[in-house]
Amino acid sequence: MPNVTLALRGYGWGRIPGAAYMLAVLAVGFAASSNGFLNGANLANIGMQSTILLLLALPMTLIILTEGIDLSMGAVLTLACVMLAAIAVKTGSVALALAGALALGAAFGFANGALVAWLGLPSFVTTLGTLGIASGLALVMTNAQSITGLDDNVVFFYSGRLAGVPMPLLVGAAAYLCTHWLLYQTRFGTYVFALGGNREALRLAGVRTNAYLIGVYVFGGAMAGLAALLLTARMSAAHPTAAIGMEFDAIAAVAIGGTSFEKGNGWLFGTVLGVLLIGVLRNGLNLLAVASSLQVVAIGVLIIAALLIESFRGRV
Amino acid sequence: MTALTLPRLTLSGELKAIGHRLLAVVVLCVVLSFLSGAFFTTGNILNVLRQAALIFLLASGLTLVILTAGLDLSVGANAGLSACLAASVMLATGSALLGAGVGIASGCVIGLGNGLLVTALRLPPFIATYGTLWVIHGLTYWFMAGATIHGFPPAFRALGSGYWLSVPIPVYLMFGFLALGIGFARYTTWGQEIYAIGANPVAARLSGIPVNRRLALVYTVSGAMAGLASLIFLARLNSAEGDIGEPLTLPAIAAVLIGGTSLFGGVGTVTGTLAGALILTLVLNGMNLLAIDANWQPLVTGTIVILAVALDVLTRGRAGANR
Repeated sequence: MPNVTLALRGYGWGRIPGAAYMLAVLAVGFAASSNGFLNGANLANIGMQSTILLLLALPMTLIILTEGIDLSMGAVLTLACVMLAAIAVKTGSVALALAGALALGAAFGFANGALVAWLGLPSFVTTLGTLGIASGLALVMTNAQSITGLDDNVVFFYSGRLAGVPMPLLVGAAAYLCTHWLLYQTRFGTYVFALGGNREALRLAGVRTNAYLIGVYVFGGAMAGLAALLLTARMSAAHPTAAIGMEFDAIAAVAIGGTSFEKGNGWLFGTVLGVLLIGVLRNGLNLLAVASSLQVVAIGVLIIAALLIESFRGRV
Repeated sequence: MTALTLPRLTLSGELKAIGHRLLAVVVLCVVLSFLSGAFFTTGNILNVLRQAALIFLLASGLTLVILTAGLDLSVGANAGLSACLAASVMLATGSALLGAGVGIASGCVIGLGNGLLVTALRLPPFIATYGTLWVIHGLTYWFMAGATIHGFPPAFRALGSGYWLSVPIPVYLMFGFLALGIGFARYTTWGQEIYAIGANPVAARLSGIPVNRRLALVYTVSGAMAGLASLIFLARLNSAEGDIGEPLTLPAIAAVLIGGTSLFGGVGTVTGTLAGALILTLVLNGMNLLAIDANWQPLVTGTIVILAVALDVLTRGRAGANR
């Protein structure tokens, strides 16, 4: 996998996060305790399910690198699903529906970014507020009912294949490569690290920090809009509370992946490991018939374990 | 240790400090009584006070947390789990007192857990409590397994729906804890140390304040208040479900922020939080009276949160601080 070595070159082997070890331990553990875990179909399933989370966790990494957070992502994803399904059902056009979802996500991202950058509001309370707005809008728009009756051309984006590869895996790989390029190969990416590491220096160097900061949040919102296509396709419906709380998994993936909440310290591929770890954990616990409510508790424990490992290695 | 120079406000001074918020309460009342004939009735006013009491109890502990420049996003989830535990204990033993004890104890334990995450693990408070939010939420759903618990002893139900001298009992609790909160924040050393930690944690530590212990205390108090509020909520609903605490977090945070407590710490009052709880309740009550769909409520509360934070940031000139 060439992009892995590329990612590692950008960061160095010395900083493999605890997630890699935990992933190995979990995979071996589940393979030993459950028959269904280690077969091709199940592993592909983990990859497909993880893609939706990956689409949130990638931009969340960038946002956290700027010392911000976006708690509204799950709610915006939910609202984007509602928007996408409503347009798809009414017009029958997937392109139009996706455009609507992307625009909606980007608009929420812009609102978050503008409040954080221009007004200097703390990101976590701002996005908590937009969380309320987005989840409220999703309920109001649907009257708390699900939207169903989607065409196969929407469902294709989750269960279809292109050249034999499941669509979600293609979308996920493309999203990772694009984000990787943005973060490590462009000026935008360099500024993302600097926004968290030393924003004042960046501003004094004449960079329009506010524009870049808003850009990070807009990127996050747009990715939530893209994730809406996969999530709606997966459920072949849009539920008004479909992805509420999914930002928790995304933040967990970023934290487990070894990105720090301070000073712009982080590693994009670590987030991929974190996403896989959560995917494997949820899948394995499902196979062991552990209630999904307890899976959240397990993720919480995982985060604390990851933070403890990092702090023992002396780099929190 | 060095004396802290916090102005020791009298009650009238305290009222003066939140004067424009009380004015907002009055204006809201006048506007609402013009908009709806049903507003200015004894029944509705008592209803508003009872609703405000619930939000205030939850928000009063949270005020102390925010005064230290922290945040407790888990208050709603905490109240949810505490209510469910209290409900099941009450159902099993038939004892209202035991149930109430368990509810408050569970709130305390969760609060202490938050405090340890913030102090021992040195996690940013909003990350730590956001994590506990979902962990507690998961535990609650697992514990309840989709069941609904109802049918509590009448003595317990009086806590939420009872009256004394034709005033709802939660209202007495509200004013009781207001007095307690003012007394603690203004007239005790620990209270003043909390302001000092919020204003400047490094200076607080250097002047000998045991910052970590005070922080643990503050999160535990916030948890305990969530436990207490959960009992009142439970007594009023007279039934417990897994999602009972979900709609409580955003209003509690909104009440604190409307009340003028700064997210950056060191500035704010418990009295302000009472005014904030009243303002928020009046808005939501007005929406009810005007027959606006309840689905709009998170949207309105979210908008109010953003407006309150914007006001906080713009009036304090703290623009540029990102968290």
